[in-house]
Amino acid sequence: MNFILQGIAWIFDPVRWSGPGDMQSRILEQLAYTFGAVAIASVIAIPLGLLIGHTGKGRDVAVSLSGGLRALPSLGLLIIFALFIGIGFKAPLLAFVILAIPPVLSGAYAGIEAVDRRTIDAARAMGMTEWQVLTKVEVPLGAPLIVAGIRSGILQVVATATLAYFASGGALGVFINDGLVTRDYIELLGASIVVTALALILEGIFALLQRLIVPRGVTAGQVTDVRSRPVRSRSAVGSPIQEGE
Amino acid sequence: MNWVVNNIGLIWSLTLVQVTLAIPPIILGFIISLPLGWLANRFRLTRGALLTISGLLYTIPSLPLFIALPAILGTGILDPINVVVGLTIYAVALMVRQTADALASVDPGTKQAATAMGFSGWSRFWKVEFPLAGPVLLAGLRVVSVSTVSLVSIGSVIGVTSLGYLFLNGLQRDIPGEVISGIVATLVIAIVFDFILVGIGRLLMPWTRADRTTRSSRRAKGIKAPGVRAAENPVEVMAK
Repeated sequence: MNFILQGIAWIFDPVRWSGPGDMQSRILEQLAYTFGAVAIASVIAIPLGLLIGHTGKGRDVAVSLSGGLRALPSLGLLIIFALFIGIGFKAPLLAFVILAIPPVLSGAYAGIEAVDRRTIDAARAMGMTEWQVLTKVEVPLGAPLIVAGIRSGILQVVATATLAYFASGGALGVFINDGLVTRDYIELLGASIVVTALALILEGIFALLQRLIVPRGVTAGQVTDVRSRPVRSRSAVGSPIQEGE
Repeated sequence: MNWVVNNIGLIWSLTLVQVTLAIPPIILGFIISLPLGWLANRFRLTRGALLTISGLLYTIPSLPLFIALPAILGTGILDPINVVVGLTIYAVALMVRQTADALASVDPGTKQAATAMGFSGWSRFWKVEFPLAGPVLLAGLRVVSVSTVSLVSIGSVIGVTSLGYLFLNGLQRDIPGEVISGIVATLVIAIVFDFILVGIGRLLMPWTRADRTTRSSRRAKGIKAPGVRAAENPVEVMAK
C-alpha cells in the first residue's frame, strides 16, 4: 500500500506537470491515439456492421474476421508496423485502428441483429423504405449496442496506447519506459495509476452515454428483473388446460 | 526468413512458455467465476456488486496491472506469477458476467421441472443448470482463451519472458521476421486452444447442435436474451 501512496505522490509532483513531455501532453497524446483510432475504426466498421446486420449477409465473414483480428497480439502488431512504416505516431495509430475494429464492428452488427424481427417487419409493412428501416428503426433501437462497441474499442485502445512508446510515439508509456530503464518502481506505479484512472474515467463517461441513448420507448417496456421470473407468479388454479401457457 | 530457420528452437521454447502462462488463467478464471457468477445471478444485491466490480477490474489496462501487482502481492516484479494473477483477474472479470448470463439463460420451466422431479438445489445446479448453461459458458471461455493468449506477451515488457520477447528483440535488432514469427506463433496457439475448447464442448455437450436450433427459433419468436444488460459486452455476443 505504501508503494501505491508513493506512486500517487509521484503523479502530483509539480515537476511532472511542467516542461517538455509533461503529464498533460502525455495524457493528451494518449487520448488523441484513443479517439483518433476509434474514430477511424468507426468510419470503417460501423457502415460495414450496419450493412451486415441489415442484410444478414456476410455474417460468418464478419464473425471470423473480428475473431481473427482479436487474436493478434497488439504489441507484435505495433512493432511490425514500426519496423515497416518507421517510428512516429503512424505505426501505433494503425495498430490501434486494427485493435478497435473488432469491437466496433461487433457492436454495430450485433446492435442491428438484436432488434426484434417483428418490429422490422412492422416497419416494412408500414411502407418504410430499406433506408428508413435502417435509419429510423434499426439504428435507434440498436444504438446502445453500437455505442457499447465503440466503448469497448475506446477501452481497449486507451489501455494499449501505453505501448506507443515502442514506436517512439509518445503517450503515457513514455513514463513506463523511463521507469523500466531507470528501475524506478515508483515511476512505473505512478504512470500505471494514471493510465488506469484514464481508462476508468472514459469507461464511466461511456457507460453513462450508453444509458442515455436508449430510446424512451424501449426504457418504458424494459424488464429490469434480476432473476428470471417464475413461470407462474402464484399457484395455478383452474382447469389443467388453462395452465398450459 | 533466415532468422526463423536458425531460431526455430527459440520460437518453440517461447511458444511453450506462452502456453504454460496462458493455461492457468483460463482454467482458474473458469473455476473462480462459477460460484461468483451463480451469486451474481441469484441475488439482486450481489449481482450489482459483482458485475460492477468485475466491470471495473476489466477496465484496468494490462500493463499497469502487471506493474501494480507486485506492490499488492509482495512478489518480485519479474515473477511470472504477476502475469498469471493479472490474466486470471481478467478471465474472472469477463467470465462472471458471462456465467451469470449463462445461468439466467436456462429456462425457468426446466428448473421447476427439475425441482418437481426431486432434484435438490445442489444436484439441480450440477445436473440441470450447469449443463444447460454450457454453450454460453463455452462462448465466454473462447473469448477468454483468445484474449489471454494474446495478452501474455505484454508481460515481456516488464521482463516476464514469453513470445513477446520476439517482438521486443525483433524491434531492437530490426528483424521483421522475428516479430512476424512471434505474431504467427501467438495466432497458432490461439487457434489450437479454440479448437480444443470447441472439441471439449462437442464431447461434453452433444446436444449443442439442437441448442442452435432453439436459439434461432427463439429469435424467430422474437424473444431476446435480456436486452441491454446481457449484450453489454459485444465481445461475447460475437464470440459464437
